Amino acid sequence: MILQHIADGLLSGAIVALGAIGLSFTMKILRFANFSHSELLTWGAYFAVIFFAVAAVIGGGYGTPIAPFSFGWPLLAALLVTAALTSLLAIALHHLVFARLNRMAGHMTMVFASFGVALLLRHLLVLIFGPAPLYYSSALQFAMLLPGGVRVMPDQVFLLGLTVVVVIALHLFLTRSRTGISMRAVAENPDLARVSGVDVGRIVMWVWIIGASCAAVAGVMYGLTVQLRPELGFSLLLPLFAAAILGGAGSLYGAVIGGLAVGLSENLSVMIIPTTYKPAVPFLMILLVLYFRPEGLFGERR
Amino acid sequence: MIGLVAYLVFFLIVALIFAVAVLGLNLQWGFTGLFNAGVAGFLAIGAYTMAILTGPSREAVLGGYELPFAVGLLGAMLASGFAALVIGLITLRLRDEFLAVATFGIAVTIQLVCVNWEYVTGGTLGLISIPNPSRALADGPFAQNLIYLALVAVLAGLVFVGLERIVGAPWGRVLKAVREDETAAASLGKNPVRVRLEAFVLGCMLMGLSGALYVGFIGYVSPFDFLPIVTFQIWTMLIVGGSANNRGAILGALIVWAVWTGSGFVISKLVPPSVQAQSGAMQAVLIGLILVVTLLFRPRGLIGEKIAVSRHARD
Amino acid sequence: MTAPVLQAEGIVAGYTADLMILHGVSVEVAPGEIVAIIGPNGAGKSTLIKAIAGLVKVSAGRIAIDGRETTGTPAHLLAAAGVAYVPQTDNVFATLSIEENLVLGGVTLPGRQARARIEEALARYPMLAERRRQKAGILSGGQRQMLAIARALMTAPRLILLDEPTAGLSPMAAEELFGLIRGLVGGGAAVLMVEQNARAALRHSDRGYVLAEGVNRIEGASDALLADAEIGAIFLGLRPADSEGLRP
Ligand SMILES: Nc1ncnc2c1ncn2[C@@H]1O[C@H](COP(=O)(O)OP(=O)(O)OP(=O)(O)O)[C@@H](O)[C@H]1O
Ligand SMILES: [Mg+2]
Repeated sequence: MILQHIADGLLSGAIVALGAIGLSFTMKILRFANFSHSELLTWGAYFAVIFFAVAAVIGGGYGTPIAPFSFGWPLLAALLVTAALTSLLAIALHHLVFARLNRMAGHMTMVFASFGVALLLRHLLVLIFGPAPLYYSSALQFAMLLPGGVRVMPDQVFLLGLTVVVVIALHLFLTRSRTGISMRAVAENPDLARVSGVDVGRIVMWVWIIGASCAAVAGVMYGLTVQLRPELGFSLLLPLFAAAILGGAGSLYGAVIGGLAVGLSENLSVMIIPTTYKPAVPFLMILLVLYFRPEGLFGERR
Repeated sequence: MIGLVAYLVFFLIVALIFAVAVLGLNLQWGFTGLFNAGVAGFLAIGAYTMAILTGPSREAVLGGYELPFAVGLLGAMLASGFAALVIGLITLRLRDEFLAVATFGIAVTIQLVCVNWEYVTGGTLGLISIPNPSRALADGPFAQNLIYLALVAVLAGLVFVGLERIVGAPWGRVLKAVREDETAAASLGKNPVRVRLEAFVLGCMLMGLSGALYVGFIGYVSPFDFLPIVTFQIWTMLIVGGSANNRGAILGALIVWAVWTGSGFVISKLVPPSVQAQSGAMQAVLIGLILVVTLLFRPRGLIGEKIAVSRHARD
Repeated sequence: MTAPVLQAEGIVAGYTADLMILHGVSVEVAPGEIVAIIGPNGAGKSTLIKAIAGLVKVSAGRIAIDGRETTGTPAHLLAAAGVAYVPQTDNVFATLSIEENLVLGGVTLPGRQARARIEEALARYPMLAERRRQKAGILSGGQRQMLAIARALMTAPRLILLDEPTAGLSPMAAEELFGLIRGLVGGGAAVLMVEQNARAALRHSDRGYVLAEGVNRIEGASDALLADAEIGAIFLGLRPADSEGLRP
């Protein structure tokens, strides 16, 4: 039983981790808590709905599933396209709202505007797609039985593998590429980065692209392994914040470990509290972290 | 004609109840620069406390103490204030965003508790038959509503006058000093964390009062009265009216509530029944647009702060 | 006659629109010259340097580098154009490795050239080479200063702005650093440095400016300033020989 909870925790934690990476980076580099970040997950998931609909018209559609997964090659194409579309959405929001407010008003107004943007984005999806849940595919998938009596869906295993790939790719980007190193420099000291010749505006674009792309992947994988609802992202907002705060703003590994920790705690909590209170677990984690270690596990104390 | 007046009375009661919460939020955001993303949660605490303290006794549900209305209001304020104190003690010494995240979290958690802790909250059914004091004073809904309007107007007026005094007093100037420049305020010998905590708790107590007045009026409370959209409505009221101005807070409550109910009416007339389910979403999009557009193009709201352009939170 | 490397005229600048810190400051630095800016705390010395580096918005006045006007150019483009700046505090990226700090210094260069310069820098400062993969945060004050200067020099800059480079260094380390600074201007580059230690700064520079309350009060050759009794009285802590006030 506990093994099953651990497996479920890791799997839902992987989605939280992917979503939290972007949130953590925006918190550090753009210096504001973006309440609309979770809506990027939702929009990513729904962009994939559009992608599959278009693909069905052009031919190919959802593709022939590659056993044991429920999906075929088109899913990978869908991930790339939705990541690109979600990045464009994030960059558009940046230019239309956040960049302007940052110049005009200051960062708490940005936090607050992100709250309004989140509401807008979420309800626009309700307007366009309706409130009922959607599924990418109606194909049924059978769980695999792992040693110890643990059941997991093959798609969930794919999600875990994909998360590992994304994290390794990001690690290489942040430590090997000049853009990645510049991004870490901007996170620590934007002025010093600027006088060294870093175009901070360009780095900010990269932050949005990375954050939105990870969010889109997380959203699609959530849609694939759970279901698609307009509240998909909203229901993950508190877990995302918990992961980002626990890991420490700006830390890739912090966000990943934070995400897994949140997923595990949520799923293990049902052994001691009623399942219906599971969504409160991230909130308690946030309070505990803020009380005992506000800079998070991997953050710098300021 | 009488129907219209009756509706106007009803409208004003709800708008003024909102105004009390907006005034509380104005103290937090407008005067102190604190971002409370969980307004609905503090309203809910006040509402449920009121229902538990003044409601009729019933089986298997905590409460039903049938205490007087005024005790209910006071208890509601204390309960919301206590929750604010806990959140504030943990987060107010940290970066500003953490207060936003924590207040958002408490609203989500309170929503969960309201839905699931049936013993105390009645679960999804909520708590019903909460006494409305105006019922004992007059006959007929119109006269009763007039009395309740008078009560709400007096309380809102008291809150307004009290807040005007407070922000005009030395403490109010300290609030603004904390908002503009924490280090400068600290060098004046004021403890900024302490001052922020006081403003936060007081603001949340007003939200508790607002929630309690709402329950007293409607007569029942259910978890679906405190969805996150309520937080947005109250925020929009403050931003549209003009933050850091108590008159603006009240004006915003009236205008935004009029837009909200008006748009709900129009949408219900115009939209075919097949998509009625989405009409709530249209209203929400409208509110979101109003909020973002006001922030971008009229950041000081209809009547903003009296001093020239504020350096509010620029850092 | 070659154009000065830096020509700043009548600079008015401040951190917020409603409060100016500099009220019309003019400085010039010729190729191969080391110029010192001295003045009391809060005079606006750091602000002037930041305005020249593009970090503080210039409201009036003009700045030219090598004869080309650069007023209002964003900091990262100035860096690419050969302006290097070593701030007074936080002048290395503590969370980045020493090598990554140097990567940042060469971020405007083509990749191949940047890699070559990093190796050159590491060869020149064995102390940095030994720790190239360690975080800069572990370095001592003097080592950080060295890394900060090495980072700034990665682009072979035309103009090097140094804000209190010897702050916190031992007298011996400071002398060593002044020697290093003298070596920087060999190829026609120019150095503009702010110093707390006015006497040392004037001893190791060619010319000096005295800045007070956001305007430059006095300027001249460093040895003349050093010999000037008034300046001695005001800034060098000598006994006033003559107290007729400042000459404009
Ligand atoms: N980031 C800032 N924002 C607002 N005001 C600032 C900022 N930095 C400095 N100031 C103000 O600008 C004025 C000049 O500061 P500046 O740092 O230029 O002085 P300085 O001559 O370098 O002094 P010091 O010898 O102490 O380094 C001071 O009044 C200071 O308070
Ligand atoms: Mg200085």
